[in-house]
Amino acid sequence: MKRFINTGIAAAALSIPTMAAAQEAVSFDQKVNDIFASSTGWFVNLIFAPLPGTAFPWIVLWLVVAASIFTIYFGFIQIKAFGHAISLVKGDYSDPDDAGEVSHFQALATALSGTVGLGNIAGVAVAVGIGGPGATFWMVLAGLLGMASKFTECTLGVKYRNEYADGTVSGGPMYYMVKGFKERGVPGGKVLAVVFSIFTIGGALGGGNMFQANQAHAQIVNIVGDFPGWITGIIFAVVVFAVIVGGIKSIASVTEKVVPFMGILYVAAALVILIVNADQIGWAFGQIWAGAFTGLGVAGGFVGALIQGFKRAAFSNEAGVGSAAIAHSAVKTSEPVTEGVVSLLEPFIDTVVICTMTALVITISGVLVMDPATGNFVLNEAGTAIKTIDGSSGVSLTSAAFATGFSWFPYVLAIAVILFAFSTMISWSYYGLKAWTYLFGEGKKTELVFKLIFCFFIIVGAAAQLGAVIDFSDAMIFAMAVANISALYVLMPIVRREMNSYFDRLKSGEIKKHVH
Amino acid sequence: MSKTTIVVGLDGSDAGARALEFAKTQAKQAGDCTIAICYVIEWSPFSFQTAEENEQRHKRREEELSQARERVLDPAVAETKAAGHKVEGIIKHGDVADILDDVAKSHNASQIVVGRTGARGLKERLFGGVTGRLVAASSAPVTIIP
Repeated sequence: MKRFINTGIAAAALSIPTMAAAQEAVSFDQKVNDIFASSTGWFVNLIFAPLPGTAFPWIVLWLVVAASIFTIYFGFIQIKAFGHAISLVKGDYSDPDDAGEVSHFQALATALSGTVGLGNIAGVAVAVGIGGPGATFWMVLAGLLGMASKFTECTLGVKYRNEYADGTVSGGPMYYMVKGFKERGVPGGKVLAVVFSIFTIGGALGGGNMFQANQAHAQIVNIVGDFPGWITGIIFAVVVFAVIVGGIKSIASVTEKVVPFMGILYVAAALVILIVNADQIGWAFGQIWAGAFTGLGVAGGFVGALIQGFKRAAFSNEAGVGSAAIAHSAVKTSEPVTEGVVSLLEPFIDTVVICTMTALVITISGVLVMDPATGNFVLNEAGTAIKTIDGSSGVSLTSAAFATGFSWFPYVLAIAVILFAFSTMISWSYYGLKAWTYLFGEGKKTELVFKLIFCFFIIVGAAAQLGAVIDFSDAMIFAMAVANISALYVLMPIVRREMNSYFDRLKSGEIKKHVH
Repeated sequence: MSKTTIVVGLDGSDAGARALEFAKTQAKQAGDCTIAICYVIEWSPFSFQTAEENEQRHKRREEELSQARERVLDPAVAETKAAGHKVEGIIKHGDVADILDDVAKSHNASQIVVGRTGARGLKERLFGGVTGRLVAASSAPVTIIP
């Protein structure tokens, strides 16, 4: 007996160090997560506070009402100017003497590489996973309406950009808030610009950084097996550091070239899966349509579908958020409206085309568990989302859905996610830096401080859990929209004046196509 | 305006310099002839750039133009002028083959003279070199100087 006890103790003693080490590794990620969740929770609750007496977050209404108002105020610009947007991007109206300057295509491509990415892959999976296929309907509607918000902010971004003596340009909501408000004689522009800049820094660290690192880590884990998130975080942080601090342009320019290729590959793979399952597309659209109004038994019913759809659309295409106004403002044009028109295409490509494809693939693939008797979806144990065949959510759900078509696709998707995450981080580090320098002034030292903070948050993002990260990311990006849309309301008469003048001159033939 | 124009594509290489020499000989024989010396900075409006590159693009463009002018175009123009020719110096961003052809068209040129660029890299193999594309699409006779 005694002998047995001894052996037992010895075995236990042997296993203690390994157990302790394992516990430490787990608790580091856990600690980061706890600190993060407890310090940001109050802000998240404020932004997503429901309207009194309902479960409907006021912020969702804020975005939809704004997009609808802009749509009507600008006379359905997204339909009216769609064809013109394409000929602007093709360069039909570009002056040949401006060759070598930033073209409409380049400004659009740069802005798109900041938005197309995890929002389209992970965000859609979150929306469909919680809100059911019906969320897709609301996402597309939000995308279509969002085109008008984008038009408004990007026109203003170009109109009120700063052009410096050395030839560089800088634009964004901060500048139209200050200059535009002054022009209209409305007070508070400067205060709003400061508020917007603070939220932009938060958005850059949240959705533009932590969310990306977090989902990239989830993808890597999916392929190679579980390991602590901070390891992925450090690797990412080092590479991003090399680009934004070390100025190693080659990494950034390689990504810029590979990312569009990945985007095309992603859409092509989705198309192939949809073509193979062509007989189910009608059914999938039926699910989307029916789910949009009934919810088909998902968490939160039809309101849940609607909220998820609108939320994820805004997160994906960033319409009304103000970030695009920064990205688009470097274009070479004497007509700010042209860039506003070009920017219409961004929510269209991002949300109406790419997000819809992801949603269709997820719906058709059957990764969402359905009750065959009722035709309704089955909820998971916690009752927070639809049960999936392998319990996955976010980007892993998209991965599982695509794997039903191509077994090797998760590997391609993992590479795509890592590259998308990386290019989005680079884009947002720029947006964040613009806001940072607006607040603290330009200069090597102040810029370095921001860049170091940015790299640190990559590690935090990779280590924290998805729930806490996604809540904070959403909250910050929507907070940007609160400040930005307030400014858009004040400045929209200026945009309408510009728009009418431009389209009148286009109609009268004063603005002509250039023959190439 | 001269009776004829010869367009010469310059790229700073030895072959480009030989092309200019050839054009001078031709111009002398033609009599009343302008030599349009073109330097094209390879650029596409459909390339992908980061936000930071876009921000600085205008500045970079000015730098590219002044560098090309100082190092290649201005010396070539001065030298040709000194040799007693009528000269026009042109500098543009874009696709080399397209720009040379555009200049030839707008000047109603009798020919385009370029130096041979050896096919380099995979891109050249896939899409053909600049000279190859120029020959295929040009609206004026093209002379390629090895």
